[in-house]
Amino acid sequence: MGVAAIKEYVGENKDRLENFHGNQLLYVGWEDHLMFCAPFAFPFPPAMRFGDVIEKVLPGAFGYHPDWAKIDWSKVEWFKSGQPWAPNFAKSLAENGLRHKDVVRFRTPGLTGIKGSCS
Amino acid sequence: MDMQVAKKKLGLKERYALMTRDLGWDTTYQPMNKVFPQAEYEGIKIHDWSKWEDPFRLTMDAYWKYQAEKEKKLYAIIDAYAQNNGHLNVTDARYINAIKLFLNGISPLEYMAHRGFAGVGRQFPGVGTRVACLMQSLDEIRHSQTQIHAMSNYNKYYNGFHDYTTMIQRVWYLSVPRSFFDDAITAGPFEFMIAIGFSFEYVLTNLLFVPFVSGAAYNGDMGTMTFGFSAQSDEARHMTLGLECIKFMLEQDPANVPIVQRWIDKWAWRGYRVLTLVGMMMDYMLPKRVMSWKEAWEIYFEENGGALFNDLARYGIRPPKFLDQIAFDKDHISHQAWGTFYNYAAACNFHSWTPTDDEMDWLSAKYPNSFDKYYRPRLEHWREEAKKGNRFYNKTLPMLCQTCQIPMIFTEPGDPTKICYRESDYKGTKYHFCSDGCKDIFDHEPEKYIQSWLPVHQIYQGNCFNPGVDPTAPGFDALGAVLDYYNMAVGRDNLDFEGSEDQKNFEAWRGMATKNI
Repeated sequence: MGVAAIKEYVGENKDRLENFHGNQLLYVGWEDHLMFCAPFAFPFPPAMRFGDVIEKVLPGAFGYHPDWAKIDWSKVEWFKSGQPWAPNFAKSLAENGLRHKDVVRFRTPGLTGIKGSCS
Repeated sequence: MDMQVAKKKLGLKERYALMTRDLGWDTTYQPMNKVFPQAEYEGIKIHDWSKWEDPFRLTMDAYWKYQAEKEKKLYAIIDAYAQNNGHLNVTDARYINAIKLFLNGISPLEYMAHRGFAGVGRQFPGVGTRVACLMQSLDEIRHSQTQIHAMSNYNKYYNGFHDYTTMIQRVWYLSVPRSFFDDAITAGPFEFMIAIGFSFEYVLTNLLFVPFVSGAAYNGDMGTMTFGFSAQSDEARHMTLGLECIKFMLEQDPANVPIVQRWIDKWAWRGYRVLTLVGMMMDYMLPKRVMSWKEAWEIYFEENGGALFNDLARYGIRPPKFLDQIAFDKDHISHQAWGTFYNYAAACNFHSWTPTDDEMDWLSAKYPNSFDKYYRPRLEHWREEAKKGNRFYNKTLPMLCQTCQIPMIFTEPGDPTKICYRESDYKGTKYHFCSDGCKDIFDHEPEKYIQSWLPVHQIYQGNCFNPGVDPTAPGFDALGAVLDYYNMAVGRDNLDFEGSEDQKNFEAWRGMATKNI
């Protein structure tokens, strides 16, 4: 039993996929840019194009940073759950193998935040 | 005529025996294990409850007398403070935000401690323990009340104090202290005693109380300082109770040692995570600093805690896990936390700001290994942007840790440039953590922590809007609707200190108090 209890006890996962009205959660972090204090959490439909996340959503989240405009997207390194990963921008989240509560990070080589402080 | 008979006075020991131990009995209509159903399931073995020692031998009649005296003194000072507009004597209106953090984040925990000790006081078969828990339960409700009364004076003049009972249940960052206590109070009675009686009261309370109370004294806040001192003598009793409790468990059966060790590991880590808020308060929110978070940690945890764990080594107890990481992180967590509240100032019931030049220099001096290299550039950048009218307000919701519920702001052990990501799969779902400490806690009791009410996920599920709000309406303002649900007044409670109503009012009122205008 996964909990200390006086009798058999089953907990309720509060974040089941079906609770998100057709969306799934995707977490996105930008390496070396900790001015954004934590990775972001987004609710996206699984059929959403991955490229749309980059082009339509992330600018609103990360665009405040002076490095954002300097990103060369062809050089960006991607990680899923910490492992190197190659997304296809033209395909959907589901087709890219992204499931509910997956976490992806991207590294932008050469860009290391405010005055190189990884901020 | 009646005969005069000299009344026999009871000695302390006798009185304690009659008024404490003598109050208990073994039940006969029902077996004891049915009357105390929570006493065994955690695996702690107690062979002889009479071995429990109450170091203070306090009885209820004496308790009421002491406490009544303390209350009288406290309220005389609080009244005087209120009548003399004592709030205008604080160093600077930024200080008041530290009090907001205390009232919203800590005072509700005092109330939960009251409930928790009432609960475990009912559950322990040993009568000495039950009486000690009863008194602590009463202390805790007194602390919660006196804090609310002391701080209600600020509520008359400043924003963000008006609805802490709603906010503790709803506001994103307050889920951190709330879930800490929810975790403790839903554990068994022995774990609760380690969580609150030992880890929180004994190991960590100095780090919570001393900074706030000294902080109040340093910053001219007599009201807060007074309730701090009034609570301090109770805290001494609580610490002794916590220590007695752990020694009692360890002495009763060697099989208790590994269970207690796991709880020490867990609750030292849980408490340490909550104290991040205190660290940030010390380093950033007190206009007149007392000491840095790092210095406080070194004195109150590393030195005092080190001595305690040396003492417990003879029972086979070792210091809590992850101390190496904690030792490294003391240069970082307060800066990371303040940056977080600066990010999300639009969704906060207290104000944030960038430090002044001399405050930045103080931070450099206190944190020579980290501040200039990692944190000054970001704060200076924010300050420059704010001057241009482009103050940074992060409006995208952060990823949270499943266990401590803090946004994933903490960095890898040994590398402050990399966010620390950890995850576990449980029954086909992924769960994410800020640290090995939080992952460990989840992995041991996943059925408990899959139930976490994570504010960000709850917002996305549509559970954080007032009734009747339609999130599908065109032009729906999600953040505004969430702040309504939090009962936060937009433009008054939230945003930067610079330009806030608090700042303007304090300046105007202090001017009236000190000048002829």
